[in-house]
Amino acid sequence: MLSDRRPILLTNARIVDPSRDLDFPGDLLIADGVVRDAKQGIRASGVPEGTEVVDCKGRLVAPGLIDIRAFIGEPGAEYRETLATASQAAAAGGVTTVVCQPDTNPVIDDPAIVDFVLRRARDTAIVHVHPMGALTKGLAGQEMAEIGLLKAAGAVAFTDGARSVTNAQVMRRVLTYANDFDAVIVHQTEDPDLVGDGVMNEGEFAARLGLHGIPTAAETVMLERDVRLVALTGARYHAASITCGESLEVLRRAKDRGLPVSASASINHLTLNEVDIASYRTFFKVAPPLRAEEDRIALVRALADGLLDVVMSDHNPQDVETKRLPFAEAAPGAIGIETMFAAGLRLVHAGDLRLPTLLRAVSTRPAELLGLPGGSLKPGSPADVIVADLESPWVLDPDTLKSKCKNTPFDEAQLQGRVTRTIVAGRTVYEYVSG
Amino acid sequence: MNIAPKTAFVFSRRHLLGIEGLSEEEITGLLDLAEEFVELNRQIEKKRASLRGRTQINLFFESSTRTQSSFELAGKRLGADVMNMSVSSSAMRKGETLIDTAVTLNAMHPDILVVRHQSSGAVELLARKVDGSVINAGDGAHEHPTQALLDALTIRRNKGRIEGLTVAICGDILHSRVARSNIILLNTLGARVRVVAPSTLLPPSVERMGVEVFRDMREGLADADIVMMLRLQRERMNGSFVPSSQEYFHYYGLDAKKLAYARPDALVMHPGPMNRGVEIDSAIADGAQSLIREQVEMGVAVRMAVLEALSRNLPNA
Repeated sequence: MLSDRRPILLTNARIVDPSRDLDFPGDLLIADGVVRDAKQGIRASGVPEGTEVVDCKGRLVAPGLIDIRAFIGEPGAEYRETLATASQAAAAGGVTTVVCQPDTNPVIDDPAIVDFVLRRARDTAIVHVHPMGALTKGLAGQEMAEIGLLKAAGAVAFTDGARSVTNAQVMRRVLTYANDFDAVIVHQTEDPDLVGDGVMNEGEFAARLGLHGIPTAAETVMLERDVRLVALTGARYHAASITCGESLEVLRRAKDRGLPVSASASINHLTLNEVDIASYRTFFKVAPPLRAEEDRIALVRALADGLLDVVMSDHNPQDVETKRLPFAEAAPGAIGIETMFAAGLRLVHAGDLRLPTLLRAVSTRPAELLGLPGGSLKPGSPADVIVADLESPWVLDPDTLKSKCKNTPFDEAQLQGRVTRTIVAGRTVYEYVSG
Repeated sequence: MNIAPKTAFVFSRRHLLGIEGLSEEEITGLLDLAEEFVELNRQIEKKRASLRGRTQINLFFESSTRTQSSFELAGKRLGADVMNMSVSSSAMRKGETLIDTAVTLNAMHPDILVVRHQSSGAVELLARKVDGSVINAGDGAHEHPTQALLDALTIRRNKGRIEGLTVAICGDILHSRVARSNIILLNTLGARVRVVAPSTLLPPSVERMGVEVFRDMREGLADADIVMMLRLQRERMNGSFVPSSQEYFHYYGLDAKKLAYARPDALVMHPGPMNRGVEIDSAIADGAQSLIREQVEMGVAVRMAVLEALSRNLPNA
């Protein structure tokens, strides 16, 4: 049944299409891998023979999620995650397009590796996968990677993953060169020298725990530098993971100047804060670190008013060997691709965010920024669609997660709402069957 | 043996430090004079005596094979005593400054100093400290006037004119003295000049120098009469200015496919030495549209013309 490619009619749905600011009760027809129509009362006007009709019972129908920052272990760390397992986790979380990061082994800094990832994804993944290419060779921050050839091979953007390019001259040249190819640079803005030995947000809580802190300045210094280099070069730039209110000020000034700057925040930084670390829980150790509650609130506000463009999962599978360690020694990173939508709904249920705003930040906006298909229910769009129940409460059991690693900060969290069906290119690749 | 040249051209300058500031008449005069030397150089008897008794010192702070030998031959054919000095390996190593070297050499009464230096402006600085004539054989990324003159001579002999031609200069414009001298000369003679390069190899505000700027080679070569390729230094092609020689060749290397965008009778030039397979495909470098070998021949004639023209202004001439 999962490979069925009959036309699908989703009836009796709440259709939200953030690409057109639409939110209405209606029906959606999918055929031949594309959205055919989305309006009220499609049934009446007739559908192709053999159409699978699904009564959504008032549930949400929206564009599939596009997660632009997921670390996957293939090639090189398949024990942590493969393209196949990541795609299953993605499908279960309503993510129909995953943009994987280049910090694999070997690094995606060669067109042949882009080709490898695309072919492996085609053969093993159940959602769309696009790799980002390395910004610098070996992610070493010294020599620019083959941006032209990597882009031609299919890299959708360029990043050094979790690493920052500290050499401003290298960054300037890369931005200058990338601009010729209209390539988007995605940069983790964390000055490694200011991070130093830090393992969590700098402040009272770190002081009490006796852990080295990471100041928010580690992020703002690098972001401020980058914004000035964007002004110099005119290149399209995306801040990979913004975590604090001060960075938002930098971002706002850049946008007010009309610079081609955009930014993401991870679902972790939007829904959790430093206090969640509690008694050294390593599943809450992420990079950049969870910040203060004021910062989290500022991020949510920025998301609500459109300053912050994208919400991403920052999916980073780590196994027990790297997490069951003293806090300072544990690897940073949390899985999140499967829980991003449900966690995001927390903000909607709390009244901090409108549902279409959340959906825009996880589908339409990332599609626009990286030039990816999807993120829309406009007729003719790829049939990457989710059906979601927004109301049912549930408790997350990590054993049910599809990811190979279970390092979720939402372990046993109470959530409300979940994806019940994920359709990729017109095929249902995931269906939630309630127990 | 000592036949007076037909061109009674007066070049009323003591030095040739750059193309900048030269008038159209001066450039054309030098090219006309050079034409005579082209003929002379093709004869068995190649010598003239206009520089007899004169001392020419080729002072090269940066290594060079073709420019230095071209100047050496030019001086010798005009009867000068030519001495080559490669300073990179001697005095400067011992801590002598540029000006000390100039003053020391000046004490030997050279009539003509041909100077190449890795720093922009160094040749002009040296020229202020000596009594003879100074010819800039390349200073940093600033000027290389005899290269621009030999390129112009090569173009004029093959196209019959320079005015109105579209010349695309491609590659490492940022570090190229050849590009700067050519941009100025070609503009002075009325050509339409384009530069084609990735942004990392373009000087900021290059469009203010009177050129059209292209980042896409196919657009930059469209309908060009002359395609002038520049050398990309090895240390610049491995991730600092461009990612790799493969990527550079793919997007900016001159091959038959890209050359097809230029006019069918377009001609290809390169100041040498070439990186085959990096900025130019061997088939093009050695092909029917290539003027690269002719450029070398014109180099000697142009340098003779410059030496001859300057020598007419030397004291006791």
